[in-house]
Amino acid sequence: MNVKVFGLGKAFSFHPREICDLKQEGQLHPIVRTILQRLLLGLFTLFVVSVIIFSSIELLPGDFGEAVLGQAATEDTVAAFRRELGLDQPAYMRYANWIGGVVQGDFGTSFSGRSSSGVDRSRAVVDLIAPRLKNTLFLASMTALIAVPLALFLGVTAALYRNSIYDRIVNVFTLTTIATPEFFVAYILILLFASLNPWFPSLANINENMAFGEKLYKTALPSLTLTLVIVAHMMRMTRAAIINLLASPYIEMARLKGVSASKIILFHALPNAWAPIATVIAFNLAYLVVGVVIVEAVFIYPGVGQLLVDAVRTRDMPVVQAATLFFAATYIVLNLIADIIGIITNPRLLHPR
Amino acid sequence: MSEEKQTYSAAGEVSMVRLRRSRLQRMWIDLKKAPPTAIFGMLIVSIYGFVALFAPLIAPYGEAEIFAQSYASWSAEHWLGTDQIGRDFFSRLIYGARNTIGIALATTFLSFLIGGGFGLMAAITQNWIDQVLSMVVNVLMAIPGLIFALMLLAIFGSSTWGLIIIIAVLDSTRVFRLTRAVSLNVVVMDYVEAAKLRGEKLGWIMGREILPNILPPLVAEFGLRFSFVFLTIASLSFLGVGIQPPTADWGSMVKENASLIQFAKYDLKGAITPLIPAAAIALLTVSVNFVVDWFLHKTSGLKE
Amino acid sequence: MSERDRGTKGDILLDMKNVVIDGFSDERWHEIIKGIDLTLRRGEVLGLIGESGAGKSTLGLAAMGFVRPGCRLTSGEIHFDGMELRSMPERHKQKLWGTRIAYVAQSAAAAFNPAHKLIDQTIEIALRNGQTSEKEAQADAIDLYRAMQLPDPENIGFRFPHQVSGGQLQRAMTAMAMASRPDLIIFDEPTTALDVTTQVNVLAAMRDAVERFNTAAIYITHDLAVVAQMADRIKVLRYGVEMEEAETRKMLTAPENEYTKSLWSVRSIYKEPQTSDDNIIEINGVDAAYGKGENVLHDVNIKIPRGKTVAIVGESGSGKSTMARVVTGLLPQNRGEVLFNGEKLPPRLKDRSKEQLRKIQMIYQMADTAMNPRQTIKDIIGRPLEFYFGHKGADQEAKVLELLEMIELDESFMDRLPEELSGGQKQRVCIARALAANPELIICDEVTSALDQIVQEGILQLLLKLQTDIGVSYIFITHDIATVQAISDEIVVMLQGKVVEQGLKSEIMEPPYPEYTQLLLSSVPEMDPDWLTELLKAREGV
Repeated sequence: MNVKVFGLGKAFSFHPREICDLKQEGQLHPIVRTILQRLLLGLFTLFVVSVIIFSSIELLPGDFGEAVLGQAATEDTVAAFRRELGLDQPAYMRYANWIGGVVQGDFGTSFSGRSSSGVDRSRAVVDLIAPRLKNTLFLASMTALIAVPLALFLGVTAALYRNSIYDRIVNVFTLTTIATPEFFVAYILILLFASLNPWFPSLANINENMAFGEKLYKTALPSLTLTLVIVAHMMRMTRAAIINLLASPYIEMARLKGVSASKIILFHALPNAWAPIATVIAFNLAYLVVGVVIVEAVFIYPGVGQLLVDAVRTRDMPVVQAATLFFAATYIVLNLIADIIGIITNPRLLHPR
Repeated sequence: MSEEKQTYSAAGEVSMVRLRRSRLQRMWIDLKKAPPTAIFGMLIVSIYGFVALFAPLIAPYGEAEIFAQSYASWSAEHWLGTDQIGRDFFSRLIYGARNTIGIALATTFLSFLIGGGFGLMAAITQNWIDQVLSMVVNVLMAIPGLIFALMLLAIFGSSTWGLIIIIAVLDSTRVFRLTRAVSLNVVVMDYVEAAKLRGEKLGWIMGREILPNILPPLVAEFGLRFSFVFLTIASLSFLGVGIQPPTADWGSMVKENASLIQFAKYDLKGAITPLIPAAAIALLTVSVNFVVDWFLHKTSGLKE
Repeated sequence: MSERDRGTKGDILLDMKNVVIDGFSDERWHEIIKGIDLTLRRGEVLGLIGESGAGKSTLGLAAMGFVRPGCRLTSGEIHFDGMELRSMPERHKQKLWGTRIAYVAQSAAAAFNPAHKLIDQTIEIALRNGQTSEKEAQADAIDLYRAMQLPDPENIGFRFPHQVSGGQLQRAMTAMAMASRPDLIIFDEPTTALDVTTQVNVLAAMRDAVERFNTAAIYITHDLAVVAQMADRIKVLRYGVEMEEAETRKMLTAPENEYTKSLWSVRSIYKEPQTSDDNIIEINGVDAAYGKGENVLHDVNIKIPRGKTVAIVGESGSGKSTMARVVTGLLPQNRGEVLFNGEKLPPRLKDRSKEQLRKIQMIYQMADTAMNPRQTIKDIIGRPLEFYFGHKGADQEAKVLELLEMIELDESFMDRLPEELSGGQKQRVCIARALAANPELIICDEVTSALDQIVQEGILQLLLKLQTDIGVSYIFITHDIATVQAISDEIVVMLQGKVVEQGLKSEIMEPPYPEYTQLLLSSVPEMDPDWLTELLKAREGV
């Protein structure tokens, strides 16, 4: 009489009585409550982060108007520019306006393209970011598709055969990769696969009109770079998480019950492994998002990271804000998802006393 | 079956008595037992330290000395050629060691001062101070470090001190977490409670009871944080928003000469040149990691 | 369940010869089992007893042909029912484990997989063989739960481990081991984590099961009284070496080995109880709670007579340690007062004067964590001397030496670090540190429960001697009735944050008892092999 939810095996089989427990009279099931709490915390963090990002413009030195518009800017044009930014309004109003715009997809207009004469050729930040966002997500998902399964496989096998030659080789290799700057890996790949052997392009200048295959070809080296770096990190974390799990007394108990190795992994370890594995994946996808910045710079890849770096150099704050918000939100959401997976696979919360 | 007489005396009780050795002797014994990776790591770290300290004596030319020929190839005169505006690459590599390592070290120290101090405070007080600090750290850590650093650099500009302070503050969140966590483990120890019951002041408890016991993990963390900071600064310089010219540093040296890699077919040596500083970064961080790995293994092994 | 030929009772089932096992620590291999022989017949229960580090768990697991990671079996033979386990490949051993040899772990809470229901884990092995249907296996498991006297046997299996109490889990784990009706069960300290009142039921259920199914068992424990109830024969281990093996009754009445004799020597100390009307501490109507939580102490009234020892007994959660925290000022009470020498003690630690702090000292259960591992013995004992009395330099050194002599240690210990001392020596240093403050009251929190028996006796005798010499009063928190017998003048029995009764030891330990005291005292295992049987009879009679 058990109801099984596909995919998670026994961890998710409910006794009919427990399903009724989900809606006890007026009281929230602990799992719902914990998830709500976690969601609220995530929202709160997003809010605080947005406040920090918003206030970055406040921290700019007072004369930044002139810096943006040029030395020759008249007082009138500077004043108009400041009015456009709303600097004549109290800060909380400006935050409300800004965040209101952000929610509707309006990040303001870029600082670049403005001139002292008051002629404004600046573009909306959204128009700058949107196409690049697609590109960055393309690169990141290509990498994730290869890196995540590969890293999980390597990590689990290294944990199962720990202290074997295989484990040691993988260990030294990953330690070396982790300690290496991304751009070093990138340039070595360029040297080997673009320069000495012209198999792949060293410039990943993709655009919207390209066919999927061509895009893939152009992004081969950037995603290979990211894959190498991510796999190293992730494999180590997976290995540590699995070893930790296999050291549990209930795994030893299962062995002493004569359960076979494969059954131990599937029946005893896996149901308890979702939370640590989700954490590892989320952490590394978040790391991937950051690694993208450098890899994009090396391969001149038209993504958000490249845009952010250019904006930082020219101190184009609206663009910096939008890009930072994108990266921070991705990071927060990924961690949120990992935590929620951890919560819903925790038998203690799933089946309260 | 053993028939030895079991006469009991407290002083003669022998179960886990260790050989008495001085600290120096123990260090020497540990060192002799160190695995090859750790010895390799220590060797490399000391060489880097030496080069960084005595850079002006070792470097054949000045840090910003400009020669007529830019992008000169390797020769007896310029061992690694010259860079895009004609500066001796080898000399800049050596000065780069001094600058990059020096800045990373200063940043790590500052980061430990901030993170360690607050972490210890949070662990001991365990009241609203702890809650506020932990919340601030949680929020700071919700933004990826490199991205946050980029944003702050956009605001404050890339001066060396600005760079040091920004990275140190961002990195101190991790030091805070670790210090707080390991201190919490020590704070609950009975000997800390015994000191409280004795009526000891907070300063004594922090300095004499807690600090000596959290030092080993913090030392290991220092190594890891140093490599991380080092990589971050190199990455920022590589992106052109870190250490600014004409100061020689490894990250920007890679960036400035990266175009040479395109011509590897025609001039392999030239193509390798920009990779040398990158390799130097990698070698140092790998070495530090090797040493830390061994140290962690050793200090955690002792507890078992 | 297929009926296997169980052989006749008395046939040799397990025969281990000259087993040597190494453990890896400190970067090298050490022998932890140094050549032990062990024979077990069908239906027989062998008690394996020894202190921590004796290697009894390692030996117990080796009987299954299993060594933990970080250990290795270097020589010897293990014959189980004619099969040699040491050279047997793992996949063959897997067929024996869980079916013919079963294991019951110390902590059932950790050894049950948190992600699965008890019954799924119980029948896992029975289903593996494919000879029973899930329904049959479940029905059998429910029968076993009933046999183990678990409440609501029909449904308890459908709960998750965290939904069931520790004592019930331990019984469920025995049921799991029984599920395949094994020939041999290894019980690895199955009741150590339980309170005495729970322990009785678990012991009874396990003994009953072993007898009913005529199972041979190795019962590992450090508690001689417990093993006396369970075992036909007892083997005593120390540091991986066998000290003595004998039939249970013979072992109890006429042990031959000096070490074996010393194991229960603690029970030879007996202090004549005395009392006094002069109270050093009076606890009046104290309520206390952690944080904003519910009260864990309810209207506690205790008097500590000067120069005497008051033992506070109770199970975990009874509030005995909380009471000590109130007296020391670590946990300010919500209500009531603590009088020290007739004066009110400020509830909060930081409001107390240095003199008040000096006069009340504390000794902890774990001497390891009570001493800063980075300070030398001289620093540890010297600090209170300097802090309270300003003794410095040579003056301080002389005093430290004096104190070391009082605790029967010598000068050579001055510059050692705590890790260079044995357990008993560490606890002595903690005593010296307390004495350095020249206190009037010492609170001893389970000070002997982490120590080996032979060392316990020494510590208790030292404490008694110090009381005679300097007239210090003790509050002695313990769950061990033997220790109470040895050292106390008065006894306070606590239950769920309340004082059940206080009185002279001679009065409390004699009938008539209040109901709970009766339950608590009668649940403490005695060295008599018939104790459990008689207790159960007596309880049924009531």
